[in-house]
Amino acid sequence: MALYRAAPWQKPLSLALLLAALALPTALSALDQAFYIGFATRVLIFALAASSLNLVLGFGGMVSLGHAAFLGAGAYVAAICQQAGINEALIAFPLAMSVAGLFALVVGAVSLRTRGVYFIMITLAFAQMAYYLFVSARSWGGDDGLPLNGRMTLGGLPLASDDALFYAALLALVAAMALFGRLVDARFGRVLQAIRENETRMEALGYPVFRFRLVAFVLGGMVAGLAGALLANLTGLASPNLLQWTQSGTLLVMVIIGGVGYLYGGVVGAVILLMLEETLVGFTAHWHIVLGLLLLAVVLFAPRGVAALFGPARSDEHG
Amino acid sequence: MLQLILEQTLNGLQFGLMLFLLAAGLTLVFGIMDCINLAHGSLYMVGAYFVAAATQAADSFWIGLGVGVAGAAVLGLVLELTLFRRLYQRDHLSQVLATFALILIANEAVRAIWGPAALLLNPPEALAGPVEIGGFFYPAYRLLIIAVGMAVALLLYLLVARSRVGMWVRAGAANREITESLGINVRALFTAVFVFGAALCALAGGLLGPLLAVQVGMGESVLILAFVVIIIGGIGSIRGALVGSLIVGTVDTLGRALLPSLLRALLPADAASTLGPALASILIYLLMAAILFFKPQGLFPARA
Repeated sequence: MALYRAAPWQKPLSLALLLAALALPTALSALDQAFYIGFATRVLIFALAASSLNLVLGFGGMVSLGHAAFLGAGAYVAAICQQAGINEALIAFPLAMSVAGLFALVVGAVSLRTRGVYFIMITLAFAQMAYYLFVSARSWGGDDGLPLNGRMTLGGLPLASDDALFYAALLALVAAMALFGRLVDARFGRVLQAIRENETRMEALGYPVFRFRLVAFVLGGMVAGLAGALLANLTGLASPNLLQWTQSGTLLVMVIIGGVGYLYGGVVGAVILLMLEETLVGFTAHWHIVLGLLLLAVVLFAPRGVAALFGPARSDEHG
Repeated sequence: MLQLILEQTLNGLQFGLMLFLLAAGLTLVFGIMDCINLAHGSLYMVGAYFVAAATQAADSFWIGLGVGVAGAAVLGLVLELTLFRRLYQRDHLSQVLATFALILIANEAVRAIWGPAALLLNPPEALAGPVEIGGFFYPAYRLLIIAVGMAVALLLYLLVARSRVGMWVRAGAANREITESLGINVRALFTAVFVFGAALCALAGGLLGPLLAVQVGMGESVLILAFVVIIIGGIGSIRGALVGSLIVGTVDTLGRALLPSLLRALLPADAASTLGPALASILIYLLMAAILFFKPQGLFPARA
């Protein structure tokens, strides 16, 4: 891998897609397909979660198999906030991000001492701990999860309608992508990618490798927490299933399909995977088999992800 | 109380030995071929289904076990030749994605063939009752599992540490090129190791079938435990897998049995009833995090 550089067509394309997304709820309502607004919101939220993992995995080179823990933590904070009488997203969402971030700080501080496979497994172990804690926490619903009493308000405006939540999720995704885009190009992102390429050399050059990685890990955790809080609002439930390792696996799969280390890899992967699910469910009850075969095909024939299929986006491919 | 501890220790030993059957194959594939196989749990599940189906067809547990294990070995052979062989040289992410896909396919295929309900698998009738050992009764079938587990552990140790094939396997793990240039067919060796691992999975699945439910998703939870075992033990080390399995098996079993009552003695009942089960389920993960904190390569690192 080499330093990420945005392809020249990326900016106009993403602006065009943003405009299309802005018009989507109106278009779907006009076509009498308003049902799909909820689905589109789900895609946006998972795009946000997968992008946060992409920062950790693609740019930081840290293969975390416990990212769903931060997603789940965010969802639970949102639900607990509402239980405590806080129904304002401007308070609950930052709180969800801080709790997920603090959790990521603890997990990262321990896990980042290990390398390679051991890192994969220790992040998984922490996620499993969180999963079992929530499963056995009876005051938070245990196995059944903690339901929300309707959706929150954002700055006083209710998120109750599907359109409102869609735009809230879109806003969060655009803000996160803008932040990640700037970060990746800034000194922080350059150093992070250099550490991914050659840790020893960066260490020798005097960079605090551990701290750079930890900051990226915590930032990824915070954004995943935000995605979790949004998801709880969408589904009306903070469930321990959100923290299960298969959920972490799904996020990982999204990033790998989309393209590890491409700014929009997480978004592309989330869109592809969820659309595939939605389409395949219509055809056969055993759609998991088809999905599995498609994933195998991606591994064998498009090993660098779908985003990599579209033109050179990396400096090494310019020659 | 003493009897409870004794009984639970035996249960822990039995669980640990079964974990070892899974962890042994996983640690060899992982340590020698450097391949993360998330679908190892699926082999265990499919193996258990094979055993259950064959037992129903043949009306004999032993024939069913033999046929099921053989079937899983054949499945392992097919998977190795068609898919895993291409994955060894790829990065860990590709392996995670491919084997995650295998999990999806295996779960859905099993659901399509045998339906969503759990299959029933009965232990052989001769072993259905309890036997008396040292003044208390213990299920005969569980004793059998312990015996089989110990026999397989011994066999594996002799195979890996004392036999010529075992020497090739260790040599292939240490340096593939040199081993190949000495005229040893490492590719065939890897295939054999993978098939052997698949057979061990099915053996564990078949033996545990009568104690647990044979159902979709049974592989995932046990897979994570097997990973915990090989991380604690050190990837690639059979000895580490054995020690790790026994630690995880006993700590998990004893923790679940004793922690709640222990906490009740120390804490108010309200807090204890919430904290007990939670603490018992996360005990082994805490243990693993602690071991990795002090020994980041596991207890018995295979490569110094």
